[in-house]
Amino acid sequence: MIRLGVPSKGRLMQDCFDWFGARGVMMKRTGSDREYSGVVEGVEGVVPVLLSAGEIPRELAAGRIHLGVTGSDLVREQLGEDEVAEVAKLGFGHADLVIAVPAVWIDVETVDDLDAAAAGFRKAHGHRLRIATKYHRLVRDFLQSQGVADYQLVDSQGATEGTVKNGTAEAIADITSSGETLRANHLRILSDGLIHSSQAALWASRVAEWSSADLAAYAGLAAKLGVAARPF
Amino acid sequence: MTSKAAVRAEGERLLAAFVAAGAVPVEADILQPAGTLLDLYGEDIRARAYVTDDPVRGEMMLRPDFTVPVVQAHMAHGAEPARYAYLGEVFRKQARGSEGTSEYLQVGYEVFDRSSPEEADAEVFALFRDLLVGLGLRPVTGDIGILMAAVRGLETTERRKAALLRHVWRPVRFKALLDRFSGRAPVPAGRMALLQRLKAGSPIALIEDAGTFVGLRTADEIAARAEALVADAGTPPIKATEAALLYDLLSLEAPAAHALSHLRGITPMLPAIGPAVDRFAARLDALVAKGVDVAALAFEASHGRTALEYYDGFVFSFVKDGMPPVASGGRYDALTAVLGAGAFIPAVGGVIQPGLVAQLKGASA
Repeated sequence: MIRLGVPSKGRLMQDCFDWFGARGVMMKRTGSDREYSGVVEGVEGVVPVLLSAGEIPRELAAGRIHLGVTGSDLVREQLGEDEVAEVAKLGFGHADLVIAVPAVWIDVETVDDLDAAAAGFRKAHGHRLRIATKYHRLVRDFLQSQGVADYQLVDSQGATEGTVKNGTAEAIADITSSGETLRANHLRILSDGLIHSSQAALWASRVAEWSSADLAAYAGLAAKLGVAARPF
Repeated sequence: MTSKAAVRAEGERLLAAFVAAGAVPVEADILQPAGTLLDLYGEDIRARAYVTDDPVRGEMMLRPDFTVPVVQAHMAHGAEPARYAYLGEVFRKQARGSEGTSEYLQVGYEVFDRSSPEEADAEVFALFRDLLVGLGLRPVTGDIGILMAAVRGLETTERRKAALLRHVWRPVRFKALLDRFSGRAPVPAGRMALLQRLKAGSPIALIEDAGTFVGLRTADEIAARAEALVADAGTPPIKATEAALLYDLLSLEAPAAHALSHLRGITPMLPAIGPAVDRFAARLDALVAKGVDVAALAFEASHGRTALEYYDGFVFSFVKDGMPPVASGGRYDALTAVLGAGAFIPAVGGVIQPGLVAQLKGASA
């Protein structure tokens, strides 16, 4: 049986069910509203596993699910190419991971400016310029590839846009779709500060055990979805 | 697979050789305060080192190398001159799919000596060469001091030189800056728009117009950098001839003796590198005295630029294709000043990975 991890609630669940439904794979929740179980119709050998979207990367990495639907931001942050393969981009759940600085930093427009501002900031304040984020790996890899120095990442698991006003960070790196919340918190996105353009995707675990029956079931699912007949 | 016991025995052999060369054996804590290392190496080190939390001491790091604790101990209570040796585990996260191990023995030798830095450079290099003989390794050398001297000697503003020097260890950003300062790369569109806006009003007025003030970075700091940007926009580019020499220097790869004559050749056009080239020449003499064939010794001007950012002079490594460097080291005078709270002493040293040595010996046995 292929275990397919899907988001258990909200907009992401509905979009996900719609995407599969449009391809003849009907998914629905069963039981009461509060019970996390579901069924898949229209294809053999696939069982849905309803999970919080945030837990799907971990379950893929552990091989407890064969397939999973979750945002590419979470997967790229937490997993490596040797753990999962992208099967298909699903075209919803769009959000950008960006770097934003106070709008009053009129001298900072690009990553290059941020780097220079960080040097000055460290000299003036005696500590490295703090960037609040929960995407440590993606942000660090991005800044390292751009050769930015004199910054530090501070962990922020929520309300990241408020950290600058609250004095716990000088800048932030966070997910935004419209930029509305950033503006409301007096922040501005760097013109070249797009770290990752995220959307929901279907992932295959390279860690899970794929029996020949699983691979056969996958081929049936893949035919409906219009993707390659093997998961990776 | 080489056994841990064989690796340990190899480490002990190398440590004994360092001690025989006059070094005092020293120990260092495995748990190091993360703050010191992060302030030195920046956030990038988190991708390489293990960080853990202590409820009392705060963020701690599993020792990624010995250099920092050894320098700290020397600066705190070392007599001069001093030679130290150490053997112990270091911990480095490895990239996915890499075959490197994340916990391995490192054996090192560090020299703190004011009398003759070039002699000390040659001493360390020759000692390593002798200990690694017969393993089929290729030595590669470099000199970050020449690069830094060339930047300091550029005919441009102090601000531009400081920006370049700050990024000597980050070749991508260094090149981007040099391209821009020399007019090879256009000013980025975002910067042009910024300059246009700055022309339209005073920085303070623009800051006020930009909305609610948030953050620790003060309006004065913002205004000062804005003014510096305007001033920089009016700075003429680094002369093409000068920039060409610097690009040439960055890509210089030749046998050391040949590199020296090349550097002598360009010194009249870049006089600021003269003293650094003299030191390079003195080092080659010292190496020759130790029996090193400098006509064959590989020299790469950019060698060591992507290593942890503290080497600022002679750098070397002993390499074999398909393996991480078996040994590496260099001079780190500036690091002693940073860690020494005002005190400073010239320092040079290096490390060997006994695991790789044992592996090579096993393969050839």
